[in-house]
Parts: sequence; C-alpha cells; structure tokens
Amino acid sequence: MGRLGGEMEVLKIATAGSVDDGKSTLIGRLLYDTKSLTDDKLEAIERSSKQKGYDYLDFSLATDGLVAEREQGITIDVAHIYFSTATRSYIIADTPGHVEYTRNMVTGASTSQAAIILIDARHGVIEQTYRHFFINNLLRIKSVIVCINKMDLVDFSEERYNEIKADFEKLVTKSDYEDQNITYVPVSALKGDNVVAQSEIMSWYTGKTLLEHLEKIDTKDIYNRGKMRFPVQYVIRPKTEDFHDYRGYAGKVYGGNINVGDEVMVLPSETKTKIKDIYFNGEKYKSAARRSSISITLENDVNVSRGDMIVKVDELPKIDKQFTATVSWMDAKQLAPGSKYILQHGINKVLAKVNTINNKIETDFSGVETDVTSLQMNDIASVSFQLNKPIFFDAFKEHRTNGAFILIDPQNNNTVGVGFIK
Amino acid sequence: MKELLNINQLENEAIYIFREVAAQFEKPVLLFSGGKDSITLVRLAQKAFFPAKIPFPLMHIDTGHNFPETIEFRDRLVRELGVELIVRNVQDSIDQGKVKEESGRYSSRNMLQTTTLLDAIEEFKFDACIGGARRDEEKARAKERIFSVRDDFGQWDEKNQRPELFDMLNGNIDLGQNVRVFPISNWTELDVWTYIEKEDLEIPSIYFAHKREIFIRDGLIWSHSDYVFQDEDEEVEERMVRFRTVGDMSCTAAVDSYATTISQVVAEIRESSISERGARIDDKRSEAAMEKRKQQGYF
Repeated sequence: MGRLGGEMEVLKIATAGSVDDGKSTLIGRLLYDTKSLTDDKLEAIERSSKQKGYDYLDFSLATDGLVAEREQGITIDVAHIYFSTATRSYIIADTPGHVEYTRNMVTGASTSQAAIILIDARHGVIEQTYRHFFINNLLRIKSVIVCINKMDLVDFSEERYNEIKADFEKLVTKSDYEDQNITYVPVSALKGDNVVAQSEIMSWYTGKTLLEHLEKIDTKDIYNRGKMRFPVQYVIRPKTEDFHDYRGYAGKVYGGNINVGDEVMVLPSETKTKIKDIYFNGEKYKSAARRSSISITLENDVNVSRGDMIVKVDELPKIDKQFTATVSWMDAKQLAPGSKYILQHGINKVLAKVNTINNKIETDFSGVETDVTSLQMNDIASVSFQLNKPIFFDAFKEHRTNGAFILIDPQNNNTVGVGFIK
Repeated sequence: MKELLNINQLENEAIYIFREVAAQFEKPVLLFSGGKDSITLVRLAQKAFFPAKIPFPLMHIDTGHNFPETIEFRDRLVRELGVELIVRNVQDSIDQGKVKEESGRYSSRNMLQTTTLLDAIEEFKFDACIGGARRDEEKARAKERIFSVRDDFGQWDEKNQRPELFDMLNGNIDLGQNVRVFPISNWTELDVWTYIEKEDLEIPSIYFAHKREIFIRDGLIWSHSDYVFQDEDEEVEERMVRFRTVGDMSCTAAVDSYATTISQVVAEIRESSISERGARIDDKRSEAAMEKRKQQGYF
C-alpha cells in the first residue's frame, strides 16, 4: 500500500460546495480510492459509521476535524488534507460552502492552484455555485473542475448531467478570465463513480475521472507567472572570518527566474546594480526559479533592508501611495471610509487609510453594484486606499502574488481582510 | 554553474517561513525534542540563514522519561551546531507543586509538559516558538495555521484563528501573546523521511530496528522501562522493533521492524498501513484528545 508524500511536486486544490453537497464524502473517497487512508484511520471511520447506524462508510469522518464539527456535522474552517499518487502529492484545502463563510473560501483558494466546485445533481446550478465560481475567478484559479455529484440520486442520467453542464457554461460566459480551464465530471462520491475509477453505470461518459483531471494539471504552467519580483525578507550578515564582508539578501523569487548578471533596480531607492551571486544552502547557482527561497549578493555596495524589492530594470512595477483594490472583508468589525489599517503587501508592512468605498460587488455575476457606507464580514467591494509610503505592486490579474495584500487591524492585530489590486 | 530550477517546494516554503520568524519576532525559539521532525527543522533553519548561524536558541522540554539515546543525540547535535540549548525539566514543575504526576496504568508525563513549556515561554519572554507539528499527523492539527497565535495562557482558540492568505504571514501580536510557528505544516511523514534520506541527516538510533524488551498492551508494543507502569501479568519479551515517533517512553509505542538504514525505513513507511500517530498512546485517550491538549497550550 502506498503512503502519501515524498514527492517533490505538490498541487494544492481548493474545494467548494454547499452544505450537503457531499464534499467531505468526495474527499474521503479520493483518499480511500488512492489508498491514502491508513488502517487505523479506516478502522476509526468504520467504528464511527457503525455507531451512527450507517450501512455504508461515512468518509466525511476522515476530514471533519474539530469536535464542534463532529457535533454539528458541518465543516467550519479550512482543513488541510493530504494524499498522493505516483505522479505527485496533493494538498486539499477543504473549505465550507455556507454563504457566511466566504472568508474561508477566499483563504483556501488563495493558496491553491486548482479548484473543485461541487454541484448536487438534484439541485443543479444554484446561487451558491455562482458564488463559488465567482471566488475562484476573483482569485485567478486557473484550473477548475466542476464535479456534478450525487449522480446516483438522479439515476445516473446523462440528460441531467448535460443540463447542469449547459447551465454552468452559461455562467462561464460572464467570466472575464479567459485563460481559465474548466472541465466537467459526473460523479457519485458515495459509490465511487468517476472519482478515481471510471464509472461502469455511466458508460455514456467517456471523459476523464476526477483524479485523471487532477493528474493532468501542469503545475509549472499555472502558478505565479509574471515579472520577476524579489522582496527582501532578511539581511544575512554572518560576520565570521570566512564571510567577513558577506551581506546576503534573503528572499523568495516570484514571477520569473533570477540570474547572475541580471541588471536590477533596488526599490524604493531606485539604485541600479547587478546580481553578483545566487546562493542556496551555501552553494552558488547561476539562476534560480520562481518560488525558490535563496539569498543573493549585489555587485555594488547599496543599502538594502527588509521590505525593499529587487526587480529587473526593464520590468518595473507600479510605485504608488494610492490605488484601488477589490477587497474581501473578513472581520465582524466593519470597514468604513477613514478607517486605518496596517497593510501587508507580501512581507512589507505600511499604514493604510480607507479613502472611499466605491461600491459593493455581488458575487452572483449579476453585475449589480451597490453604494454602501461600510463593509460587513464576507462583503466584497471596490475600495480606494491611501498609504503612508509607496509600495511596489502589479495588478493582481497580471501578478498573483505582487498584486495581493492583507489588512491588519492595528487595535487587535487580527487579519481582517484581503485585497486584490486593480 | 548549476541552475536552481527543479526546486523542492516544501523545503523552499519552510525556509521562507523561518526567515519570516527571524524578521518579525524579537525572541524566537526552536522547540527541539530530538525527534525526526525537529531534526528536519534544524536543517531547514541552517539553510535559511547560511552562512550565518541559526539566529535563535533551541529549547527542549524534558519529561525525564525520554529515551537516553535521544538525549545523547540532542547534546551532540547542539555541540556541532554551536547554538544555545535551553533545557527545562518537567521534574522541576512537579517538585514545585505546579503539576501532579499521573498514576496508574496509562500514566504519562506527556500532558505535564504543557505547564513546563508555558513557564519557560514566560521566563525567557519568547514571542515565537517554532515547532515541528504537521497537518497530516492528526485531525485537529489539520486546521492549524502556520503562524498560530496563543493568548497569555498559551491557549489555542480554534474557532477564532487568523486567516492566512497566499504566503503572507501576519506576525503582529499583543503584549503577552506568542505565536507557535509550524514551518513543516504541509509535510507528510514520508516527506520528512525522504528529506532525512536525501540530506543524509543523522537521527537517534531508536528510529532504527533494534532489540528491545517490550510488552504488549491493547495491541500496541510498549517499552519495558522503570518509567512505564506495567501490570504483573503483562509479560516482557525481546523483539526487533523501532519507533516512528519519539515522544517519551510512556506515550510512544514501537513497531515491529527490521529496517536498520534510512532507505529501509523509507521503504517500510511507503508500505505501511498504519498511521504515524496510530502508535501514539496519548492520542488513544479520546477522539478529541489532541484538540483538548492544544486548547490547553500543548505544542
């Protein structure tokens, strides 16, 4: 039996579905059919299922972690679930689908490279489905797999499947994200049809199973491509005999590769210099890929500190103290014009004031925009900000990391919202 | 010269987290148990700050019931790294009357560690404690954040956790609060083992198959030791075993094994059909055992 992990390649998937869409069951089924559930976990599921008097295995028990959830039978927070195949490791961010939990869904989607949207075949495309798709769009999730679940409860009907698929396709025409890959699978998570194994009953469906779709996603293609951004996280000064004058700038590479000899500019000082060396664990490299955590040295002796950003001279970001962003609000305390927050853009923290709330955006693709004077938890709106000093950003649609920020309430230090710069 | 193109995403994510800790906190500490997860953490911390030394101390909360092999290993590693090691003993908390030793068949000092840990955090004014917990270990840990804020009493409020978006880590805290940091949150047990193999890391000998005096209780293999309560009718026998986790002797069960090298251990785990914490006696107490311990300030 295979155990999970040990692979270098990891794909993170966000799941979205309404209450009772069978999301936990689907995830449990994925774990079971990829043999990622160990004997002791399986025994625990058998024991609990029996106690509850079920005549089947309740796979949702594999994922619903907290006591409160087991008591109420619902998922209330983002949980992370792991499984792997011979191809790669998978991390599922399991997020709840209730309307009041937009916050959790946005959170789960922000770290994911692909998404599964669940639809109950009995109910079809409902308002919740609109919201789930909207959030995946907002977060620029490139691969979306629409699982039409509970096919066993609609007699595995091809007609019903096509009906729902057509309804969803109508929704897709309202999206402004043209590069998104959307695929459809009819499944029964409870019985295991088209999750990992091809369904025998639904022989009319000749497409890929859910797992086959996941396996085909190219992780190199989907995440964080754009211009190279190197925010300086930490300055390494060993002051040892061997490295007496060493001054390394530690950080993570975003967007594109970084190379020795690249002509770069340090922001905000706008000093031009070149990349001298690239280090990873003491070894020198001539280039490093996006998402690698390296340290670099520069040709010239320039003053660089945490929060500065190193970019290529011909790929400058926007440098500004004012911008407008789509904000997803996550706190019980409301956001209002004039409110002040700590704005964390990547690793860089500045002070921000809300200038205006331009309008609240409905997440159902209705295009309705309402004027509001404040934002409540789970609202999404266009908001203009004024900062105390400039940040170095890109539009979120062009750069999935350098175009996002979080808002921190200075009174209690909680993360209260996330923004996507326009 | 080489190109750094096919990166290990988990390793790079962990290095990023370590650097955020060093930059955002004043007094971080790495909680070191001598187990494979904390050994992995130490290697990642070395990589994060090379060529500088790890810029924070290690701390071991010693139950006094640890496997002696683990303690020997701990002391040697710390000497090699040239970093400071802080040891705080559960025995001292017992002697001071702050906690009461459990008695009976399933008695363990595992729960008592929490008090000793919280006292040490207060003593040194640590604002960030880096630990090797992983989300795949256990259901309650699957909901844990990478930066997990604890209140003045070290408690975890699982319903009121900060959302973590993209890779932005919010380390802002109030006075008296501290953060538990989990850089290998997204690693699985096998990820840790393959990393140990690839990096050629030394680990305590109890992780490899060895002859040990054991007895069987509740289908688990318990170590025969002065620290472990044993009924008279529980017969001691000698078997080839190894450990998959190193909690202290009273809460860690062994597994039958003939794996004497890392690659044999990795192969064994790939084939294993029992989860890592399946051999943790402390988790068997109740289905919500871990969640309850975490609310009280456990790692």
